[in-house]
Amino acid sequence: MTTSPAERPGTRYDIAVLGAGPAGLAAAVAAAGQGAGTVLIDAGARPGGQYWRHREGDEGALHHGWGHFRRLRRGLSAHGADYRPGHCVWHVERTEAGFTVHATREGSPRTVRAKAVIVATGAYDRQLPFPGWTTPGVFTAGAVQALLKGHGVPAGRRIAVAGTGPFLLPVAAGLAEAGVRVVGVFEAGLPTAFGRHPLATLRNLPKLAEGAGYLGTLLRHRVPYRTRTTVVAAHGTATVTGATVARLDQRWRIVPGSTREIDCDTVAVGYGFTPQTEIPLQLGCAMRRDADGSLVARVDARQRASVDGVYVAGEACGVGGAQLSAVEGELAGLHAAYATTGSAPDRRRLAGLLRRRAAQRSFAAALHRAYPVPDGWQTWLERDTTVCRCEEVTAGAIREAVDDLGATDPRAVKLYARPGMGLCQGRVCGYATTCLVARATGRRPTADDLRGMATRPIAHPLTLGALAAGDDSGGDDSGGG
Amino acid sequence: MTYPSSRPDVLIVGAGVVGAACAYACTAAGLRVAVVERGAAGGGTTSAGEGNILVSDKEPGPELDLALLSSRRWREISEDLGGGTVEYEAKGGVVVAGSRETADGLLRLTAGQRARGVDAVDIGPGELSELEPRVTRQAVGGAFYPQDAQVQPMLATAHLLRRARQRGAVVHTGTGVVGFVRDRRGAVTGVRTDSAEVPVVSARWVINAAGTWAGRLSRLAGAPVPVLPRKGYVLVTEPLPRVVRHKVYTAEYLANVASSDAGLETSVVVEGTRAGTVLIGASRERVGFDRGVSLPVLRTLAAQAIGLFPFLADVLLLRSYLGFRPYCPDHLPVIGADPRAPGLLHACGHEGAGVGLAAATGHLLAQHLTGERPDLDLTPFRPDRFEEATA
Repeated sequence: MTTSPAERPGTRYDIAVLGAGPAGLAAAVAAAGQGAGTVLIDAGARPGGQYWRHREGDEGALHHGWGHFRRLRRGLSAHGADYRPGHCVWHVERTEAGFTVHATREGSPRTVRAKAVIVATGAYDRQLPFPGWTTPGVFTAGAVQALLKGHGVPAGRRIAVAGTGPFLLPVAAGLAEAGVRVVGVFEAGLPTAFGRHPLATLRNLPKLAEGAGYLGTLLRHRVPYRTRTTVVAAHGTATVTGATVARLDQRWRIVPGSTREIDCDTVAVGYGFTPQTEIPLQLGCAMRRDADGSLVARVDARQRASVDGVYVAGEACGVGGAQLSAVEGELAGLHAAYATTGSAPDRRRLAGLLRRRAAQRSFAAALHRAYPVPDGWQTWLERDTTVCRCEEVTAGAIREAVDDLGATDPRAVKLYARPGMGLCQGRVCGYATTCLVARATGRRPTADDLRGMATRPIAHPLTLGALAAGDDSGGDDSGGG
Repeated sequence: MTYPSSRPDVLIVGAGVVGAACAYACTAAGLRVAVVERGAAGGGTTSAGEGNILVSDKEPGPELDLALLSSRRWREISEDLGGGTVEYEAKGGVVVAGSRETADGLLRLTAGQRARGVDAVDIGPGELSELEPRVTRQAVGGAFYPQDAQVQPMLATAHLLRRARQRGAVVHTGTGVVGFVRDRRGAVTGVRTDSAEVPVVSARWVINAAGTWAGRLSRLAGAPVPVLPRKGYVLVTEPLPRVVRHKVYTAEYLANVASSDAGLETSVVVEGTRAGTVLIGASRERVGFDRGVSLPVLRTLAAQAIGLFPFLADVLLLRSYLGFRPYCPDHLPVIGADPRAPGLLHACGHEGAGVGLAAATGHLLAQHLTGERPDLDLTPFRPDRFEEATA
């Protein structure tokens, strides 16, 4: 590491890693292991992200790959990476010398300077609106799992798990093992299509075994697992008192006469994931629409984004799960370390990582093909079904913005009818609004459509006072979190 | 799309608020109208504005006369469209003077404005805090402008276009102009577009309402007008109860609006909206079409807003947006027929007042095209004035 006289030692890192989930941890450990001055910045109180979310003192009984997590956590301190929990990053600024990461900690401004940034900000549950989805007691599948893993609290007593994708299985299995009654797992897709990709399957036998393990758990607890079926309405006002379940056709339209009521007090829903791409968008990185319909950052073979000095790893460059994220993180860490310090990585290590990344990516692509989200879900909605819960914008209002006011893209609809204008800034309703507008205008959603709902110069709310205060010019930059 | 009866009388290039107001006024005057827009309606500077309809920020002169006419026209238009649908609100403007010197300057300004017909009330600190209870106690005085109003610019644009369509206008979005069509004598008779569906649109007159991109379009027509971008930001807070009642700004803002300095100027404008959010503008930066976010600008805006309303220090900032105001070197818009290219008219260069001045702009051009005597003399806004200046 070279330090010019103008820089006080410690005031500027080689690499700032944003996010301490599988990708970010692997990136920070790899970079620090190469001798790069590394800081790991995370919003959570403990490392691990959503995947390894745990309680204080929890040593991993409920977790997959806990040994991997412990190795990474040890590596973090062994290699002397700085770790900054509780930091909400709201903006990353490109400067002449590199990047300035702007965050708040407990509301106070914190800035970190680095020559390169690795964005490992992960993803959150993708939600689709349906009648009653704003009723208290309807959760995202991820929130239900976070409550269980992070706080040991089951979200309800009789839980229906619905949506699509392999993530529904660990959520349901975790609940069942915690003694919660899971009234059913309703998979909207028909994942047998997965068998058509034998190569991806063979390379990823351990992952399939993991899925089979979850299915075994569900069987043991007599939890019904239904495909081509989902929750299309939740009932109740103050709280969920039941739900309507329906069978779906190939395009996810309700099969006439197939609806039935189920008794439950909680619904956990997830239709895949939405990557957190605020930072790459702020930095002007090239983006693309991935096979699962999400907006993600484009990266090259070294996990580099289109902007110099920016690396992206994990879900923000394509949803693919924890193992792929960790591989991408490690690659990003090694390459960023080489670019900033000249410390060359072991070539065999690189080759191995590239092989694993190729295998994991083909598996992820096969999963995306096996669990598509066709737009028939739009037929579940009533005119008065809320799409944007922050601003209480209905499906009817979105339709009117297109039909009556002539809006041709989601951004115009946002400016006419306000979906995505509220506290969550379109994180929840952005995908659904984009799909609704695209279909109403007779086309498929594009990357530009998604970008119109995903661009957020302020990635996390902060007070005007904190903004006005500017950089924290104190010594915190050199501190160890 | 074809025009079976005959070609349109007027082709408007640009479906921002100015183009939409032209379409509205021309169809109201009985003209047949077509609109081409390269992106989405209102997708340019209109989508990045606050919707100001101000008379307070203009010094006595032709722009103030235009603003007064526009303020009357907007009242009529919003009644026609339904004030609620475009969120028309005559909320009134409050200008705050932070020093005795600024207050004296403000007194001179309001006197001149009153002479031109502006309702401007000089107020002391007591009246100021009655109008705006949360405003800084440091203020030494100010002025109250009951005529200042606003609309939601995107809704206004959409509803102006909707009414124009009801009166027969045809709007082609996603259709960019790539060249002009001229007859043997050199008069403009239409445009060529990048759309295979409407490769050529012919018309008796073409109006350049291309906003910040109007300079580029005017060069295509061989009749250049110097319209340049001036970048500005708006900060949006979390929703609050209605604590900021008017459009409130510092008297220093008045100096910046008319300034020609390069680089950055900020002087804050703070207002509450119906949605409960507080909007904070307005910076002016000459950095071309660079869409990058400059944190020092956002910081300055936040600090100035807190200076005006100290309670804002603890209020959450949710988002920010930016846009490019179309300005001319003399800070006056370009409105009227271009003698250098017969058949071509301009309606552009409104800087930060495009929404406010749109209604009068459309009205005056419709009057001109139907042979009526315009309510205002268009000479100060003539398109070829810049050539005289450099000659």
